[in-house]
Amino acid sequence: MRHLLSPLDFTVEELERLMNLARDIETNREKYAHTCEGKKLATLFYEPSTRTRLSFESAMLSLGGSVLGFSSAASSSASKGESVSDTLRMISCYADICAIRHPKEGAAYVGAQAASIPVINAGDGGHQHPTQTLTDLMTIRSLKGRLSNMTVGLCGDLKFGRTVHSLIGALVRYPGIRFVLISPRELRIPDYTRENVLEAAHIPYEEVTSLDEAMPKLDILYMTRVQRERFFSEDEYLRMKDCYILDKNKMSLAKEDMLVLHPLPRVNEISVEVDDDPRAVYFRQVQYGVYIRMALILTLLNMDIEGGKSC
Amino acid sequence: MLNISGLKEGIVLDHIKAGKSMEIYRHLGLDKIDSQVAIIKNARSNKMGRKDIIKIEGSLEEIDLDVLGFIDHNITVNIIRDNKIVEKKTLSLPRKITNVLYCKNPRCITSIEQELPHVFFLSDEAGQTYRCLYCEERYGQSH
Repeated sequence: MRHLLSPLDFTVEELERLMNLARDIETNREKYAHTCEGKKLATLFYEPSTRTRLSFESAMLSLGGSVLGFSSAASSSASKGESVSDTLRMISCYADICAIRHPKEGAAYVGAQAASIPVINAGDGGHQHPTQTLTDLMTIRSLKGRLSNMTVGLCGDLKFGRTVHSLIGALVRYPGIRFVLISPRELRIPDYTRENVLEAAHIPYEEVTSLDEAMPKLDILYMTRVQRERFFSEDEYLRMKDCYILDKNKMSLAKEDMLVLHPLPRVNEISVEVDDDPRAVYFRQVQYGVYIRMALILTLLNMDIEGGKSC
Repeated sequence: MLNISGLKEGIVLDHIKAGKSMEIYRHLGLDKIDSQVAIIKNARSNKMGRKDIIKIEGSLEEIDLDVLGFIDHNITVNIIRDNKIVEKKTLSLPRKITNVLYCKNPRCITSIEQELPHVFFLSDEAGQTYRCLYCEERYGQSH
């Protein structure tokens, strides 16, 4: 039985098949509308998450399946002290597949050891959030037509942002990738990402503080939120925060076919005036998130789809 | 020169890095066994300059070589029978160790689920880096 706990659980070839299936779903929604009839997805959300939970639920409903679960630890047996392992053993009797989000790192792994159904990690603390990474890859591949030979700018909080670390880890497996890492010095990527991922794979990268200077080089700009609580001084935060607000002026410095992605929610780091720019694809990214989750559910359930190729 | 009598039957842990013997004594639970145990600290060694040695009388049901390998993989384990060394075991860094290191990451699932074993895996052999199986926190990072 297959689980998805980390973005690197799938090989590049398996990811290709998964994204091909998601692409087929995107263009043939009707064909997949009843493929999961009679199947149930359990969404075990020990902490609130509007987008991810609804994306999973939307994906399963779009496949004709049904959904059950809880959306906070308070409304689950965890409030009575039940372990993740016991909950997963119990849920295995109720559902065919489950997605788990938990504030503690490693919770999905523990659950997968106990479960007799496929387990999808929908976020475990600051550790992994693999379906966000699959969504990011799917968006880039769909709109750029490739995942290789491009310069990817990552901007904002590169130190604590798990989506950034996962995306770097996933993209270094493709040829011709360069990174421009745009952040204040205080929020640069962690040493282990720089040494064990980028330098270990001989990936060209540069670390800069100016978004303006980086803009013309980029094929992809992945924005993240700079968080106030990470700074010791309010003045420093305000200075940095203003550097990384993406607005029309900054967009005018970018290539005509550059894409702007964001894992959402955004606060003020992307000005709403950018939303109408065709290069701003963060809301389309949400839609791709549903397609890739549909493909993932089909794949992990081993559903044999005519014309679609699951892993 | 300090004289410790030879072993008829037992185990000699040789080439222990000087000063490490008490750590090994604790990790192997030698304080809980009834057999004679000799700890020799700072013995002269041509190879190492100074070394520690532990001699354990009798046959131990089970010595956790993984724990020894984690603490110091240069230790030599000599099995003695009838006053002779019948087997020499060399150690390597274990791929995985259970309930030897404890994850101190407050965000790790082990911080709230007490019954989980604390498992660390060797993530980088050259750097001798171990990470928690659950949260991947590096040993030493928050310990």
